[in-house]
Amino acid sequence: MSEVEQRRPLSPHLQVYRPMLTMMMSIMHRITGAALYAGTLLLVYYLVAAANGPASFATASWLFGSIIGQIVLFGFTWALFNHLLGGIRHAIWDTGYAMDHPAREYLVQATAIGGIALAVIVWAFAYMMR
Amino acid sequence: MANDPRSLRTALARIRFLGSAKSGTHHSWHMRVTSVALMPLSILFVWILVSLAGKDYNAVRATFADRFLPATVMILFILTSAYHMRLGMQTIIEDYVHDEPIKTWSIIANLLFSVLVGFAGLFAVLKLSLT
Repeated sequence: MSEVEQRRPLSPHLQVYRPMLTMMMSIMHRITGAALYAGTLLLVYYLVAAANGPASFATASWLFGSIIGQIVLFGFTWALFNHLLGGIRHAIWDTGYAMDHPAREYLVQATAIGGIALAVIVWAFAYMMR
Repeated sequence: MANDPRSLRTALARIRFLGSAKSGTHHSWHMRVTSVALMPLSILFVWILVSLAGKDYNAVRATFADRFLPATVMILFILTSAYHMRLGMQTIIEDYVHDEPIKTWSIIANLLFSVLVGFAGLFAVLKLSLT
């Protein structure tokens, strides 16, 4: 009896499937969501520093303006756009559109490339403006 | 069983007290409503931050004090994000944390963190724009 129970089929999980772009981007959606969760601390720190006065704002400006700060902020920007486009993708899938083979691949490719492209465009624009 | 075709219970009676979970599709629905709200809000949020990039203290103060839109968008973005991320992180916790006490405390900590982030951001923007 116990032998029979051990041979019961298990529900297939991540390690059973061949990695596919739709699956990887679904995982990235969750990872970027969790990263943005932590990233809200950066936004709140920036706003609280500005609300505190010129001295603490200067510290925050220096921190975000440093090389590491800029890299972290670029990562935050990419995570935001990836998650935003991922949300739009899942909203489209929620309605039942673009779920068949070529459409879902194009959609997922568009959001993967779009997230990177938007982050680069926004940063190029920000550097041109200042 | 609820799906028994011979059952005389009406559809309304079945959902009325929402079964043993005591809640229905609110989590899923609120996730989607906040995500729709965050689509325009996050684009405006990025716009505001790009306009603030590299600006000095007085310019940042002026942005929030003199104009209505940046402060309003920032507050709506922060509060909606805080609620959205609380829902999202709760799903992650429920998916991966199986130990019951750790799960319960994680969900409570998640709620407190999200409320803290939301209200700290709200208070900071209000102070920037009103003082």
